Amino acid sequence: MIALNNSKTWTFFSFLIALVLIVPVLVMLVGGVNASTELFSHLWQTVLPTYLKNTLFLGCLVVVLSLFFGVSSAAIITYTNIVFKKQLRWLLMLPLAMPAYLIAYIYTDLFDYAGPVQRSLRAWFNWQSPNDYWFFDIRTLPGAAVMLALVLFPYIYMLTRGAFEQQDQNLIRASRTLGFSLRQSFFRVALPLARPAIAVAASLVLMETLADFATVQYFSVNTLTTAIYDTWLGYGDLAAANALASVLMLLILFVVLAEQKSRAGLRHQSTRPSFTRELIQLSITQQLFASILCWSLVILGFLLPFVLLISMALEYSTAAQLTVLLETGVNSIKIAVIAATITVILALFFGLYQRLHQHKYRAIPQQLSGLGYAVPGTVLAMALLSTFGPIDHWLNSLLEQFGLPEPGLILSGTLFAIIFAFVVRFSAVANGTIVSGIKQIPHSLDYAPATLGAGLKRTLFKVHLPLLTPAIMVAWLLVFVEAMKELPAVLLLRPFNFETLSSQIYQLISDEMLEQGALGAILIVVFGLLPIVLLNTKKETS
Amino acid sequence: MLKKIIIGALLSVNLMAVASEEVNVYSYRQPFLVKPLFDQFTEQSGIKVNVVFAKKGMAERLAGEGKYSTADVLLTTDISRLIELRDRDLVQVVNSDILANAIPEQFQAKDNTWFALTTRARNIYSAKRLGNIDFNYEDLADEKYKGRLCMRSGKHPYTVALVSSMISEHGKEYTLQWLQKLKANLARKPQGGDRSQVQAIHQNLCDVSLGNSYYFGKMLQDEKQKAWADAVNINFPNQKNRGTHVNISGVAMAKYAPNTKNAQALMEYLVSKPAQELYAQTNMEYPVRKDVEISPLVASWGEFKADTLALEDIAKNRKAAIMLLDQAKFDL
Repeated sequence: MIALNNSKTWTFFSFLIALVLIVPVLVMLVGGVNASTELFSHLWQTVLPTYLKNTLFLGCLVVVLSLFFGVSSAAIITYTNIVFKKQLRWLLMLPLAMPAYLIAYIYTDLFDYAGPVQRSLRAWFNWQSPNDYWFFDIRTLPGAAVMLALVLFPYIYMLTRGAFEQQDQNLIRASRTLGFSLRQSFFRVALPLARPAIAVAASLVLMETLADFATVQYFSVNTLTTAIYDTWLGYGDLAAANALASVLMLLILFVVLAEQKSRAGLRHQSTRPSFTRELIQLSITQQLFASILCWSLVILGFLLPFVLLISMALEYSTAAQLTVLLETGVNSIKIAVIAATITVILALFFGLYQRLHQHKYRAIPQQLSGLGYAVPGTVLAMALLSTFGPIDHWLNSLLEQFGLPEPGLILSGTLFAIIFAFVVRFSAVANGTIVSGIKQIPHSLDYAPATLGAGLKRTLFKVHLPLLTPAIMVAWLLVFVEAMKELPAVLLLRPFNFETLSSQIYQLISDEMLEQGALGAILIVVFGLLPIVLLNTKKETS
Repeated sequence: MLKKIIIGALLSVNLMAVASEEVNVYSYRQPFLVKPLFDQFTEQSGIKVNVVFAKKGMAERLAGEGKYSTADVLLTTDISRLIELRDRDLVQVVNSDILANAIPEQFQAKDNTWFALTTRARNIYSAKRLGNIDFNYEDLADEKYKGRLCMRSGKHPYTVALVSSMISEHGKEYTLQWLQKLKANLARKPQGGDRSQVQAIHQNLCDVSLGNSYYFGKMLQDEKQKAWADAVNINFPNQKNRGTHVNISGVAMAKYAPNTKNAQALMEYLVSKPAQELYAQTNMEYPVRKDVEISPLVASWGEFKADTLALEDIAKNRKAAIMLLDQAKFDL
């Protein structure tokens, strides 16, 4: 047993920090209690049922598609001899750097009735009007689902691949000696073993989908988030908006908990990745299909939109734009780095607390801190305003009483608010990755150092943290990329004269002028790619 | 001599003090549009302009910040937002002769809480192939446009404001029916912005759409979009009766503005001739000042009769308008 694993300080701070992180969520819940029922009955009689139906349908579709994309590509990369494996292994991560609103815009531009694809078809076949032919309509619910899945599946891919790669190959071998074919071993051993990681990733995808506003709005797909915005901006009823956001969050929470419950009691862990994996040898047809799948994901999720962006930028951008953009790029990177670092440290703090501490409710802080991800960014930003506003006021009047100069809005009017919002919102992302990393560490390692007389600190720094390095890097990367793309919190909480790449692009997209913002969009993507590439080269060399 | 030196020194100190003067702006209007204005203002006055741009949530932010808010000037893109700010007690009265005299009476608040800076018409764009038509907004419900109407989301402030004006004119019952017929005429689900509707007409996906006046000018100036604009006529509806629906972009001073003097200076600058000319030339809007020329391009669309419905009424009907849009399931 490790010494100090019932440290009161650890417990105190775990619970305290988790509570601080969910204050905005609580503010939202409380704010929703007073919502007028009159508006709800109006919404219920008119549009809400459709919104709900769309929300559920969209959530399911995105999760199913992302699971298919993510798990199959992870399996192909880890367990088969697909050609260009080394390249595909990291290429498949790239769509992560592509903001969903961006890819939505680009593909709409491409496949819309007025877009180049349909235009050329019309010119080619001499069709005159939409009645002359059929073409899929991208601005639909399935269209939005595909867009979201194309940029969200890397979550599932990365976490699942990580789980596959860390799997104890002895288990596979054992199943093989029992007469399983390699394929059977994969489906009956490897895949079930990866379930925690897959589930965590899928819940991230679900939350991201349900909290999305920009993409669904662009595709004119009305979901619960539409209703939240309508009630707030249209009807001017923030309380009702809070209530709807609470419902949405509870819905997500329910799904996530149900999944956790269904695998409670299952426990698996293994880290003996040193054995070489036995690879499934694909036949030529199988090679072809596997390659088509993986390459389509890379091309559709990243390469094609990226190339289109570059061609727009070449046409519309100037060198002067680049200087300005680099400046805003520094802003984006600054807040993303700070947010990613804090979020990952907190996730480790909660994750290891859950693992190593003996407190009865040791899982609570970590679970609480992840709630923010299920809240749409704008709602969260509003909640932060109504949380920090009063605190600022209280601080100011306190200082005033002591005759000190009033500092003004030191919380709600500074970058603090944005970074806090990022930490609240993306804790779930870091938690998910760190927790599935921790799960891979055998419990025996928790105890072994202590038998040699090592204390908690030494155990952590010599055993757990080194073993967690890959998970830490992935978690940091995911939060960094998310923070680069984040929009609503930046838009609402930023101080004067503070622009980020995402805020700038959004202004242009919302005025149908993405062409002017193409360069900025490229920068977001490139800055998001940097850590992915770094992470990859580091892994290659180690 | 000594006196001159002292005065000179005092003046330069004064100038330095002016140079460090600031004014803080919360803007719903976009950077590309207001930045030239602010630059010119800073050049003239030495007052530095700090800005936060946003699309929504300014009212909530101001309310949360309360008396510690550092915002001075609030810029919005439609009347409803201005009225919302006033109704939530987030703005203050500005008594300025310059503002009062420069802006026509119907375009400023009676209690001096808000001021319009520009006006924009809600036009009907029609395919050139239809020829010249004398449109009314009411006509869009006509069955002859079945499957030939393109629109942006009903929830967009521009659409909502038009629906509000329809309620003022015809009452809720008629407006709901009008919306239902409009919906039945749609070629596709409401989507995109004002420009993409014109693009759709150019592509023969539909024949008629609604859009703000300045977009037409901006499309004509854009290399790629010029072809779209060339395919349509811009129509000012309801010329034989109440006139074309107009909305405004406007300005107000924040309730707890720390730099009231500079804020007022900025507001007064925005209605000055040079600023109004910039609005007219760069964004193709109608300047609120009558003695400023509209851009030649905008002028070429001809003069029109504007609906004289009080702007406050449009804001008042906003909620009812959104309820009707929901009832008609306009966006679904």
